Formats: sequence, structure tokens, C-alpha cells
Amino acid sequence: MNLNMHSVESLVAQIQGLSGNIGELTQLRSYLKHCDDLLRTESTRLAPLLTELDPSVHSLGYLYILEACTSAPLSKDQANELVLSIARFINVCAAEQIRLAPEKFISICKRFKEQVVLLDDPMRGVAPLLTSIRKLQSSTEQLTTLHPDFMLLCLLSKCYKIGLSVLEDDVFEIDQPRDLFLYCYYGGMICIGQKQFRKALELLHNVVTAPMPIISAIAVEAYKKYILVSLIHLGQFATSFPKYTSSAAQRNLKNFSQSYLDLVNNYSIGKVSEVEKCVQINKDTFESDNNLGLVKQVVSSMYKRNIQRLTQTYLTLSLQDIANTVQLNSPKEAEMHVLQMIQEGDIYATINQKDGMVRFLEDPEQYKTCEMIERLDLSIQRIMMLSKKLTTMNEVMSCDPSYLGKVGRERQRFDYDDFDTVHSKFNI
Amino acid sequence: MESEDYASGAVIGEEEIYANGRDESDPQRHRPIISSEQLDIEAYAALYTGRTKTMRLLFIADKCGIPSMELEALRMAYEEIKKGEDTQLFREIIGKINGRLGPNYALDNAWADAVDRRAESRKEKLENELNAYRTNLIKESIRMGYNDFGDFFYAHGRLGEAFKNYIRTRDYCTTSKHISHMCLNAILVSIEMGQFTHVTSYVGKAEQAVDGLDPVTIAKLRCAAGLSHLEGKKYKLAARKFLEVGPELGNNYTEIIAPQDVATYGSLCALASFDRSELKSKVIDNTNFRNFLELVPEIRELINDFYTSHYASCLEYLGNLKTNLLLDIHLHEHVETLYEQIRNKALIQYTLPFVSVDLNMMANAFNTSVTGLEKELEALITNDQIQARIDSHNKILYARHADQRNGTFQRALQTGNEFDRELRSMLLRANLIKHDYNLKGPRKY
Repeated sequence: MNLNMHSVESLVAQIQGLSGNIGELTQLRSYLKHCDDLLRTESTRLAPLLTELDPSVHSLGYLYILEACTSAPLSKDQANELVLSIARFINVCAAEQIRLAPEKFISICKRFKEQVVLLDDPMRGVAPLLTSIRKLQSSTEQLTTLHPDFMLLCLLSKCYKIGLSVLEDDVFEIDQPRDLFLYCYYGGMICIGQKQFRKALELLHNVVTAPMPIISAIAVEAYKKYILVSLIHLGQFATSFPKYTSSAAQRNLKNFSQSYLDLVNNYSIGKVSEVEKCVQINKDTFESDNNLGLVKQVVSSMYKRNIQRLTQTYLTLSLQDIANTVQLNSPKEAEMHVLQMIQEGDIYATINQKDGMVRFLEDPEQYKTCEMIERLDLSIQRIMMLSKKLTTMNEVMSCDPSYLGKVGRERQRFDYDDFDTVHSKFNI
Repeated sequence: MESEDYASGAVIGEEEIYANGRDESDPQRHRPIISSEQLDIEAYAALYTGRTKTMRLLFIADKCGIPSMELEALRMAYEEIKKGEDTQLFREIIGKINGRLGPNYALDNAWADAVDRRAESRKEKLENELNAYRTNLIKESIRMGYNDFGDFFYAHGRLGEAFKNYIRTRDYCTTSKHISHMCLNAILVSIEMGQFTHVTSYVGKAEQAVDGLDPVTIAKLRCAAGLSHLEGKKYKLAARKFLEVGPELGNNYTEIIAPQDVATYGSLCALASFDRSELKSKVIDNTNFRNFLELVPEIRELINDFYTSHYASCLEYLGNLKTNLLLDIHLHEHVETLYEQIRNKALIQYTLPFVSVDLNMMANAFNTSVTGLEKELEALITNDQIQARIDSHNKILYARHADQRNGTFQRALQTGNEFDRELRSMLLRANLIKHDYNLKGPRKY
């Protein structure tokens, strides 16, 4: 490993030479790994090398050199340059090549994100990061370390729709648990912003019930939002955790969210004045957690729930009676609420302004249309696919040596007459 | 309520639709017999014997709230207790009377001391006898010895010890008659103590008798079982037990319950918990039970009214009986619940045959206001006991039958979604755990 300019040029030559096919690329990769230290020390002088390389063809080499260049601390105008060059690279690089060196790729993307945030222009980073995710993923079911960064940029730049489109993919494989927590948390926030409470609930539920040996701040914050979204979407909150929640979570999460649990208790009583009082008392906590907007939505959802309950009992009801039952101040307010609910599709009703009466109607869905049949069909296919996945996973697991070892250990030793389901080599 | 003179094919006019439950014009119906008379304490107390008489009188004195009645009850209790040997209860009664009944009803220490001394000597005698029997190892005598002890303690108001002694006879019982005797004693003491779990278990034991029991004992056991179910708020079971009591009971169980009580408890529980067919077959058509119902004509009337849908008069009877029922020692805590259940049943039964009901007529039938009725119906609809919806504008109740087909589709789609969500979360969690496990490094095999 001679450290002189000569080897740096040979580096370029190697890269250009060995970027042909996969065999050469693996060779190149080991070579580059050797040169890593060299690259770091020569980082300031590497910039001109980049011009000699074509990022779309020599992606692997370009990646290494780019990473080495950018690892040094930068000034503001250099940051802008950096952002542009990385963005350009991400757009044109070849996916198979960068997958050979994922840590390097992740490291420059993270650097990219940092700079973009520092420059106070998160929107510039959204599209490139999306491309980078798609190139890094081996399948759409894989969660990469870049996912949470992407979500963060979407949140900061308020590009919620793009975030939602990524959230549409189901995720099953994960590199790092921490990525999952952050991804689900940010994803939940995006869904809340887009008022897709069902999906938000799902994502936050995944954070809260994920296996974790100790709880993290992310889990605590997610739990708080989970409580609020559950109140808005379902009208209730089950304070008991499902069985599969980790014991650390079950023991500790409630301690950090006392004011939220108070809110739940007041909500279930059903009196709006009580809930508002509770909100007033705990206003500071809610504000410091940045949840005050969500809490306000909880309060307005109470009116909705009460009105919905009325649809079960009454066919027609006067606006005055609605106002009285739901504890609103006047029939006009009641009318406004009902109107809004009709527009959002929460209830089916008609308002007769002449008599001041509201007539509640049945859900007009008859389940007879073609769209409904298609929906059913899609649902069935989806579930079949998921079941198949489950069976495959089960089969893979039953061939796993560590699993067999554990089973083998636990079965009785001297049952020679029984049919031997586990090969004796797994017996300890 | 037939209107026999409408022209065939003509629409029934407004005036011909009779409001159910209020029929001024039919002369054949009896005017309801309102019984709001105050409970006749002497007559009431005459129905019972033994300790329960005193306890019931004390209960009435506590709960009635009318001073004259209270004093009357306490006076009778005093006289009753003087006939017995329970000095503890005696002192209690004196405390309650508090000198209000004059010098004749004051603390008679002489009497109390005499009784106590007598008790001491009797106890010694019994102990000696029992020890003698025990050394002789004659089962029958030992059994009688323990029994005597039990009786002695019971008479002196020491119920816990009485119970223990009765139980001890179990080892020395040889015939099933002995066993049933022991069980009946145990049941008596348990009811006095208020421990109804024992009652149920001993009723069970007694009923397992190998060579059948005589009808009186069977009737007694059924009463006891009914009482314990009543205490346990299992009104349907209580009703069934009381309705099975045969007329042989007569006045044989006055230490616990009078036949009027059997009729009252059985009817009220049946009314609150049976459905229409059971009510007809087990209560109205029950010839055995008819004997009991004759003793409480108001209750008989009220059951018939309920069955024939004259709800207003039925509820009127119930209202009038309420004060007296609240003075009953066993029924006291259950009166409100039973009444509520009966009223709800009446409301539900009223609406059942109709597609639409005019709330004004219904309010008339139940003798209540339309707004009050609306509130009650709202509660019943929310609890899913009536399938209907209220048209508040026109004050009509419309029956509503859920569309099964739509409901099924909706539930199917929902289940699918839930399954989808749960499965995906589970696969995610499994992957996380696998990842953690892989990190920790698999052991080499």
C-alpha cells in the first residue's frame, strides 16, 4: 500500500477497468476496501478524480471516492455544491453497483440529508432520497435505514403525499429496529396530517407493540400520539396492552403519559365540559409535546361521536334536541356540526331547515355494485397472499438449525420408539 | 280488546282504536283493587314463628319510617323475645325501644339474669351428657347430643356455634332422614346468618338423599333454594324454584317463610325474568301455584294484567304494593331492580307486535309523559333491547329490522381488514425478533 500520487491514479484506472460485470465488480470492491484509508487521507485531493469517472457506469468507484470527499467538514457554499453533486449521483447511479457497498451509500445519503436540513431547504432532498430508497431496496418489502430520513424530510417540507405513497408499501424486512420505530412514528405523523387516522393508528400500534428490551423516547412519544389518534378514530382507548407487547413497554409506557390517560377517562364519561376542563388543566403538557392540535381534534371528535350515537336511536330529531343531548350551545351550532359530518361522510342525513329537523338515513351502500365485488376480490387475493407468506415463513423457520436445536434439546431423550421428528444430531 | 262492530273492509276509525291498558267502557273488567293500606303488623307477624318473627319485626321497625308502626313492631318484638331465651337480642330491642313504650317495656335485668343462669346450667348438663355419649360411642346418642347443643345455641342467638354443632352431626348420621334433618337445621341457621352459599350447598346435599324425601321436606328445600337464588340476584332460577314448591308446604316452614311470601317472591321474579310463554306455562297455568296465588290476590291480578297487556293497571298494582314489599326482609334490596325489569319488559312487550307505535298512546297506556317515555325508550334502544327508531318530530316509534345481508357484507369486509392488519403486524414483529436473535448470534451445533 504505497501512499503516493501514483497509486491514486492507478485507482482511477482500476475503477475504470473493473466496472464491467459482477465478477470484476466484486474484485473492485475488495480492492477499494483496501484503499479505504488511502482515500481518507487524500480526501481533499480527490475532487478532480470525480470528473474522470462516469457515475452511471463506475458507480461503485465513484461512490467510494465521493464518500471520502464528503466526509470532511464543510462550509456553507461548499454544502450547496455537495448537495447538488450527491443529488446528481443518486439520480444516475447504477443500483446493482451501489448495493455492493450499502454502508457507503447510506453514509452519503445521510450526509446529504444533514446538509439539506442545515440549508433549511428540505424539499430539495425529498426526490433524491426517494430515488435512493428505491435503488437501495432489494424489494419493496424491505425497510432501509434511509426510510426514516426520507419521512423526516417529507414532514419538514410538508410533502405529505409522497410520504403517503411510500407508506403504501407493506414492510416486512428490517435492517435495524430503530429504523422501524422512527419510520412508523414519522409515518404516523404524516398520516395524521393527511387525516388518514386508520393508517396512523396501525403504524403507531406497531411502534408501541414492537419487541423492545427497554423503552425508548420514540416509543413514549408514539404512545402519546397513539392514545390521541385512538380517541379520534375509534372513540375509545383500551388501556390494556395486547399480549404480544413487550413487558418493558407494558410496565413503563403508562408512567410517561398520565395526562393523556386522564383525558381518556374523561372522554369515556361522555361530557364535553369535563373533557375541556381536563384539556385546560393539562394544556402545558400537551403543548410541550406538540400535541395540542391533536388534542383539540379529540375534543371535536366527541361531538361527532355523540351525534353518531343519536343516529342509532332516532329517525328524526329536532336541532334543538340535538344541541341539548350533545351539549352544544345552540341549534345553529348543531346544524353546523351535522352539516360537516354529512360532508365528511360520517353520517347519512338530511337537514330540514324549515322545521329545524334532521332526518337520519340508512347507509345507502347496498353491496351490489361491481366496485364492491372488485373490492371483495382484491381483499381475498391479498389475504391469500399474506397467508402464503405466513406458511412460507413457518416452513423456513422449521428448517432453521437454531430452532431445531432448541426443539431437539427440549424433547425427551430416551423415546426411541417414537417417531423421531427431529434428527438426533440436534440433541445436546 | 276486540272491537266487534266494525264494518268489514272499512278502515278502523280513530275512536275505535283502543289505547291498550285503559278501557273505561268495558263493564266486565274489575276495577283494580288498590291496596295502599298500611301493613297490618299483627297479621303479618302471625305468619311466622321462631327467630325470624323477631328479626322481621325488627326489620320493619328499622325501615318503616312511621313512628306508630315502629313502636308497634318493637312492642311485638319485645313480647316475642320474652318468650324465648335470647338475652343478647333482648338487650338490642331494649336499646331500640329506648323507653318510648313505658315502664312495662324496659330493661328487665332480673329476667335476663335468670335466663342466663338457666342457660349456663343447661349448657353444663348438655356437655356432660355429650361427653358421656362420646365415651360410649353410640352414634345415635352422639348425634342427638350435638343436635341438642345446636338447638340450645340457636335459641340463645349464638348462631355461629349452633351452625358448627349442627354440622358436627354429619359424621353420626346413619339414615337419610338424619341427613335431611341436619341439612334443614343447617339451612335454617345459615338463612338467619345471611350466608346463602351454605344454603345452596346444604340444599344440594339434602336432595341427594338415596331413599326419597317426603313432600313437605322437598317443598321446604325448594323454598330455601329459591331464597338463596333470590339473594344471589338470579331471579330466573329463584322464580323457577319458588314455582315448583308444592302446596304441601302449607304452614310447615314458618320458621323461615310463609306461603304468601312464596307467592310474592315467585311471581315477581317470574314477571321480571320469564318470557311470555314461560310465564303462561309456569305461572298462569300452574295449578299448584294457584293455591299460593289465592293468598295474594293483588299479585294474581297484576300477573294477569301483564299477560293481557293491561300495563297501566299492572304498574299501578305494583306501585301500591311497593311500600309493603320494601318492608320484607328478603325482598328489600331487590324491589327496585325487579320493578325496573318488570317495567322494561312491559315497554318491550308493548312495542313488540307493532311496526309503528304512536308515542302519545303509549304514554297514555303507561301513565307517563311523552318526553319521559322517549327517554326510557332511548335507553332501551341503546341497550339493544328494542329494535326500533324514534321519529321525534312526529312522535312515532318505528320498528327497524337490521338488514342481514348488508350487515353480513360489512362484517365480512371488516374481518378481512382486521385479519390483514393483524397478520402484517405479526409478520413484522416476527422479523424483528428474528433480527434480534440473529444479532445475538446463533449457537453452533
